[in-house]
Amino acid sequence: MTMAKAINAGLRRVLAEDPKTLLMGEDIGKLGGVYRITEGLQAEFGEDRVVDSPLAESGIIGTSIGLALRGYRPIAEIQFDGFVFPGFNQITTQLAKLHMRSEGVLTVPVTIRIPFGGGIGSVEHHSESPEALFAHTAGLRIMTPSTPHDAYWMIQEAVASPDPVIFFEPKRRYWLKGDVDTEHRAAPAASAQVVRQGSDATVVAWGPLVPVALAAAQAAQEDGRDVEVIDLRSLSPIDFDTITASAQKTGRLVVMHEAPTFGGLGGEIAARVTERAFYSLQAPVLRLGGFHMPYPPSKVEANYLPDIDRLLEALDRSFAH
Amino acid sequence: MWGEIIGRRVVDTELTGTDTQAPFIQLLSPDGTRRQDPAWDRYTRDVDLEALRGFYRDMAATRRLDDEGTALQRQGQLVLWVPLKGQEAAQIGSGRATLPQDYLFPTYREHGVAITRGVQIAEMLRVFRGISHGGWNPASTGFHNYTMVLAAQTLHAVGYAMGVQRDQKGWEQERLAAEGGAVMAFFGDGASSEGDVHESMVFAASTQAPVVFFCQNNQWAISVPFEVQSRVPLVNRAAGYGFPAVRVDGNDVLAVHAVTRWALECARTGQGPVLIEAVTYRRGAHTTADDPTKYRTRHEEEGWDEKDPLLRLERHLRAAGTGDDFFEAVKEETDRMAAELRATALAFPTPALEESFANVYASPHPLVQEELAFYREYQAGFADGGAASDTTDREDAK
Repeated sequence: MTMAKAINAGLRRVLAEDPKTLLMGEDIGKLGGVYRITEGLQAEFGEDRVVDSPLAESGIIGTSIGLALRGYRPIAEIQFDGFVFPGFNQITTQLAKLHMRSEGVLTVPVTIRIPFGGGIGSVEHHSESPEALFAHTAGLRIMTPSTPHDAYWMIQEAVASPDPVIFFEPKRRYWLKGDVDTEHRAAPAASAQVVRQGSDATVVAWGPLVPVALAAAQAAQEDGRDVEVIDLRSLSPIDFDTITASAQKTGRLVVMHEAPTFGGLGGEIAARVTERAFYSLQAPVLRLGGFHMPYPPSKVEANYLPDIDRLLEALDRSFAH
Repeated sequence: MWGEIIGRRVVDTELTGTDTQAPFIQLLSPDGTRRQDPAWDRYTRDVDLEALRGFYRDMAATRRLDDEGTALQRQGQLVLWVPLKGQEAAQIGSGRATLPQDYLFPTYREHGVAITRGVQIAEMLRVFRGISHGGWNPASTGFHNYTMVLAAQTLHAVGYAMGVQRDQKGWEQERLAAEGGAVMAFFGDGASSEGDVHESMVFAASTQAPVVFFCQNNQWAISVPFEVQSRVPLVNRAAGYGFPAVRVDGNDVLAVHAVTRWALECARTGQGPVLIEAVTYRRGAHTTADDPTKYRTRHEEEGWDEKDPLLRLERHLRAAGTGDDFFEAVKEETDRMAAELRATALAFPTPALEESFANVYASPHPLVQEELAFYREYQAGFADGGAASDTTDREDAK
């Protein structure tokens, strides 16, 4: 099934299993969301559990916090990545901090689903990757799946978490198809997965860029380079053990994300791996990401987004050392 | 030129259809006379002299706490204090109208409301002594922790009320009236300009959630007067959202109590949200870091001295035959409370940073665990010399 259907199925399952769960967001009811991720859920579970909210992101997050304080498990949808900012205050000053503020008395198990990333040919604010802004905020957990199977299980894991979770959905992969095993749970999000074994270099990617990394690794194989690919899956916490072990094995690491390179998570990963595996590295850890500019108009986004060629070029630079 | 135009801030009553002196509900006049108002009789008839004496006790305790808070801050024992002097009637009148099953979301100045919810005041001082961001247990008191980012809590209140609404779905009117829960969102005239207040009122109206918006208009947002925030009384705003509102003399504990009971009853019985604007005055500074002489006149302050809420209630009680012995007893009681508070506050153990690691997440987070392990090891390195302490004792010793 597609990733869109997998998330829908995961949400249906949590709604069916836990009466305290509810969905809130703009256009998620009758319409089923602009990406139809919640299609059919309002008809099945009613308007009290799948709520078409007023059009206000701070309101969606703020009332989700209140519902969580009352014992509910709200799953809020932010329609597009670039529209999360009216709710940024509620996420960073309230949602992330209430557990600590109350000295552990209160928990706020709110899941915020955000379709993120570019490559969909849209207008401004519809293609952004703001994950670093949230990863920098203690108190939040951040996940992003790259396959339908992971999407199905990770959304359930997010909802079950006692902590707030930002669940980034790689929107250009909503129609990516894959097998979903609804019997056997995926590995916990906090463990990064080596999705391709290799011995010469490691590429870390997540969400929308995992298929790009895999395709580039395939291409590199033709040049005789055996590239390992890690799907990070959880962006807070980050599974540094898996990354470090891989980097120690291959000696070369490239971290790739759609978000601008400067101040991005790639820098954090590069620094940590350098601290942990300095003497195993044969080249500096390289970062590959968006340029330091607001996300560009869609006619030029193909040249902005890290793709197979840019990754191969980065690998060339790594191997040049 | 623009400065001049903006500086004028004339409220055009013809344009707005109202003026800033819109009438309000008052049941105790400033000279202490109790007014009979049939419209509010249902909510005041059981408030007898004994009940009013109880309000006075609460208000006196609130003021004594406030004075003690300021004194402790001046002596360097608190990092900050947020005075509420002048707002005791608004807080005790409203707080005493709530029921145990209600849940209240304060700003950071509702120390009087906290007293009515049974919050141990010494615990509140933990916040202002720099020991805790929360201070008390919100779950057991139904009194949420203070929120310092203005108006953020108004949305939490509406969300909480949406939960209450779901929990009480299908209840009969009778059961709602007796056992139903309601939620209160406290905010001030300054916060009323925040977008979250707008969104909270939109969501409340849209969902008809059982929430009472209680705005203490104390005339000043730190140094900025009310007319910078709004050209019409805040009570008028509710009409724009489509729910009822009432403007009350916030220095009249009886009137505040009556309108809050009414509003909570509306919310409790499924009639949706209500806005209360309690017109009062912040007689003290915004916080102990503030200096009101820089932005308002002594003349203005004196005008409100005469409308002081405790003075008004005292006049009423004395006219009704309450003697000196009562007031002396209250003074003794509140002095004792203050002494105990001071002793408790000064004896709080200084926390260790290590404790802060525990509540960042509700379930284990590898990065937090790793940093905690590092921190412990780092601290252990000082064990022999005892130079570095995990506590802030060395700060206190300065």
